[in-house]
Amino acid sequence: MKTRIAFVAATALAMALAVPVAAKTFKYSTTGDVIGMDPHINNEGPTNAMKDNLYEGLVSRHWDLTVRPALATEWTQVNPTTTRFKLRAGVTFHDGTPFTADDVVFSFDRIRGDQSDMKTYVTGVREVRKIDDLTVELVTEAPDPVLIQNLSLFHIMSKAWAQKHNTLLPLRGANAESFANRNANGTGPFKMVERVPDTRTVLVPNEKWWGKPEHNLTRVEFKPIANAATRVAALLTGEIDMMFPVPLQDVPRLERTAGVKVLQGPELRTIFLGMDQFRDELLDMPGTGKNPFKDVRVRRAFYQAIDINAIQRVVMRGASTPTGLMIAPGINGFSKELNQRYPFDPEASKKLLAEAGYPQGFPVTLDCPNDRYVNDEAICQAIVPMLTRVGINIKLNAQTKGLHFDKIGLKDGRRTSFYMLGWTPGTYDAHNMLFNIITLSSGPGSGAWNSGRYTNPKVEELTRSIAREIDPEKRTAMIHEAMKLHKEDFGHIPLHQQALAWGVRDSVAGIPQAANDAVMLKYVRMK
Amino acid sequence: MIAFVIRRLLQSLIVMLVVGFVAFSMFNFLGDPINNMVGQDATEEDRENLRVALGLDKPFYVQFLVYLSNAVQGNFGTSYRLGMPVVDALADRLPATLELVFCAAGLALLVGVPLGVYTGLHRDRWLSKVFLTLSLVGISLPTFLIGILLILFFAVQLGWLPSFGRGDVVDLGFWSTGFLTASGLKALILPSVTLALFQLTLVMRLVRAEMLEVLRTDYIKFARARGLSNRAVHFGHALGNTLVPVITITGLQIGSLIAFAIVTETVFQWPGMGLLFLQAVQFVDIPIMSSYLILIAFFFVAINLVVDLLYYFVDPRLRADRAVAGGH
Repeated sequence: MKTRIAFVAATALAMALAVPVAAKTFKYSTTGDVIGMDPHINNEGPTNAMKDNLYEGLVSRHWDLTVRPALATEWTQVNPTTTRFKLRAGVTFHDGTPFTADDVVFSFDRIRGDQSDMKTYVTGVREVRKIDDLTVELVTEAPDPVLIQNLSLFHIMSKAWAQKHNTLLPLRGANAESFANRNANGTGPFKMVERVPDTRTVLVPNEKWWGKPEHNLTRVEFKPIANAATRVAALLTGEIDMMFPVPLQDVPRLERTAGVKVLQGPELRTIFLGMDQFRDELLDMPGTGKNPFKDVRVRRAFYQAIDINAIQRVVMRGASTPTGLMIAPGINGFSKELNQRYPFDPEASKKLLAEAGYPQGFPVTLDCPNDRYVNDEAICQAIVPMLTRVGINIKLNAQTKGLHFDKIGLKDGRRTSFYMLGWTPGTYDAHNMLFNIITLSSGPGSGAWNSGRYTNPKVEELTRSIAREIDPEKRTAMIHEAMKLHKEDFGHIPLHQQALAWGVRDSVAGIPQAANDAVMLKYVRMK
Repeated sequence: MIAFVIRRLLQSLIVMLVVGFVAFSMFNFLGDPINNMVGQDATEEDRENLRVALGLDKPFYVQFLVYLSNAVQGNFGTSYRLGMPVVDALADRLPATLELVFCAAGLALLVGVPLGVYTGLHRDRWLSKVFLTLSLVGISLPTFLIGILLILFFAVQLGWLPSFGRGDVVDLGFWSTGFLTASGLKALILPSVTLALFQLTLVMRLVRAEMLEVLRTDYIKFARARGLSNRAVHFGHALGNTLVPVITITGLQIGSLIAFAIVTETVFQWPGMGLLFLQAVQFVDIPIMSSYLILIAFFFVAINLVVDLLYYFVDPRLRADRAVAGGH
C-alpha cells in the first residue's frame, strides 16, 4: 500500500514537473502576407521584419533601432577599408547544422545574385574573407561609415542547407522558384513550422537560440487580413492579439473599447513634395519656354502656401508629425534646430510669386499616389485649394502606386513637374536620403528618386564626403550642412512623418513599437 | 449530341483566348509590377534586369504569345507576389472558393425555392409581404456591407462565429476541406450567407413570378377540373414547370457566384481564388491575373454547357423534338 501511495505521489510529482509552461500563443495580423521567406530576394518592410525573426545578420537591431551584436560578437577596424568580425561560437541553424565563417562567405555571394534585391545592404563591400572558422573580414571599396548599420539585413543562410535543397541563388521571375522562398532555416530566435501563403505563417521559439529570450511566447501565428474593417473586427473579437495599421478613423473607437489599446508613434518615413527644377520648360506650360520652379522664390511660395497644421488636424486626424527636414527623428543625422518649418504664410507666397514674375500664378499638375501612404490622395486634395488660393492653377493627378512611380521615376524619364513621394532611409542614416533624393551625382546610382532633379554642387560634394567620413562628429556636421543648404534652396517641400498605429489587446503584456513598423517577436510578452 | 458538346468545348477555347488577349491588353493600365517587386533602393539597372527576366520589356501581344505558348505546355508561369507556380497557387485556393460557392448556391436554392412557392401561392398573406420586403434588402444592399454587418453582429457583438478565415481544414491530398471540422463549418456560415443573399432573393422572386404565371395556364385549370388535390396541382404540375428558367438562372448564377466571391472573400479573408485575384490586381501579379481570368471564362462556358444539357433532361419536349427530327 505504501509503495502504491509513493508511486502515485511520484507520478503526480512527475506530472507536475512535466506540465509545460502555460501555452502563450501570440496571433497578429496586417494588411498583406510577407512576400516570400528567401532572405536574399525581396526588400520590403513587412517581409524584412518577418525574416528578421527567422534569420540573423552579423549584427541585429534592437527595438530602439540601435545595432547590437548578433552572429558576430565583436568587430575591429583592421584598416580603413577592412573590418574583422569575430563570429559567435556554438550557434546552430534551425536544422542543426553549425554556423561558421563559410556560411557568411556563402551568404555574401548569394545576396549579390542577379535577382537579389537585398544586395543594396552590401553595396560597397568588395569581398568577404574567411580567416578561420569563426573569423571573417569584410573589405569595402572605400571607407564605409554605415557598413555596420547595413549589416543587420544581410541575413546569413546555411550553406549546407542551400546546397541540399538546390537553392544556391535567389531566383524569381518567369519560371523560377526558390526553395528558400517557401521554407526557412536561419539562426534566429524563432523557426517556421507552417506556412500557408495569405492564410497563416506559424512560428515557434528556437530552443537552441544563443541568446536569452526576452519574450515568453510558445507559438506565434501571423494571419494577414486584407480588409481593414475585418481586421478591426478580428481584434475586437479576440481572434487576434495585435494588428496594424489601425485605420485612422477607427483609432478613437478602439481607444474607447475595453480590452484594446492603440499604440501610436512617429514612423521613420518622411512624406514630401518635389518640383521639377531641371527642364527649361515646365511640362504643364508648353510653348512658353519657362520653368517657374527654377526660381527659388517660387519654390518657397509653394512651401509657405501649404498649411501643414490643417493637414495634420483634418486629413491625418492628428496622426502625423509635421517636419521641416527630409529625415525623421531616429535617423542618424537628424537635427532638432533644422527641423523647424518655415511659417505658413499665403500672403508672403503671393508676394514671392509676384516678385518672381507670376502674379497670376501658372498651371501645374500635382502627381500623387492613391494607395501607397496613409491618406496620400486626401493630402494632395487638401493641398490643391491651398495653392489655388495663392493663384496657382493646379490640377491633381492621383493614381495607383504602380503608375505613379513609373511616371515620376526613371522608367518614364521623370515625367512630372510636381509630385508626392515618401522615403525611409533604409540604412537609418541621412546619407541614404541625400544620395537617393537630394543629389544627382554623388556616386553611381545617386538621385534615382530625385525626380525634380534638384542639385547643388556644394551638397553633392558634401554627400560624397559623408559617404567616406569615418569620424562621426565631422560626419554629422557635414550632414547638417548639406541639409541646411537643401532647406534654404527649398529643394523639396517636406510635409510630415505619418504615425504608426498598432491595435493591441490586453492579452499582450508588452510589445515595443519599433519606429520602422516591424513586429519584433523576440520582445513580445503575453500575459 | 456529342458533336454539340465538342462544338461548345471548341467555342470555349475561343472565349478563353479572347479573354486572355483582352486581359493582357488591360494590364498596362495597372502600372509596372517591378515597383512592387523591388525595394526603393534598387538601382535602375536592377529594375531593368528584372524587367527583362520577366519579359516585361516586350509589347503586350508578345507577352501574350509567350504566355500562350507556355500555357499550351501546361506552364502558367510563376506568381510575382507569392513566388510559386500559378497552377499550385490556384489549385490551393480552388477548394475554398468552390466550397463557399457550393454552400451559397445550396442555401439560395433550399431557401429561395420554398419561399418563392409560398409567396406565389399565398400572394396576399402578410408573411408573403414580409418576405418580399426583406428580399428587397437582399437585392439592394451591397455585398461588402452585408458582410461587415454580419461580422459586427455575429462575431463582434454575439461572439458566436469567427470574423475571418476558413477555420481548420482537413487536407485530403488533392483537396482541402472545411466540411470536416467544427471550426471549418462555423467559418463557412457568415461568408455563405453573405454570398447567397443576392442569389436567394433572385431565386425566390423568379420562382414566385413563374408560379403566378403557370397557375394561370389552361392545363392547371384542367388539372383542377379533374379534381386533383391542391397539393398535386401545386407541386406535381405547377412547380415542375417553373423549374426550367430556375435551372438556367441558377446555373448562370453559379458563374457569377464564383466571380462575386471576390468581394465576399476579401471581406472575410476567405483564402479562395477571389482573394488571390484581388491581391494580384493590387500587386500587378500578371501571371495570376491572366490565369484566373481565363479559368473563370472557362467556368462560365462549362456551366453554360451543363445548363444546356440539363434542359435536355428536364424538358421532355426537347427530347421528343429530337426524336421526331431524327425520323425525317
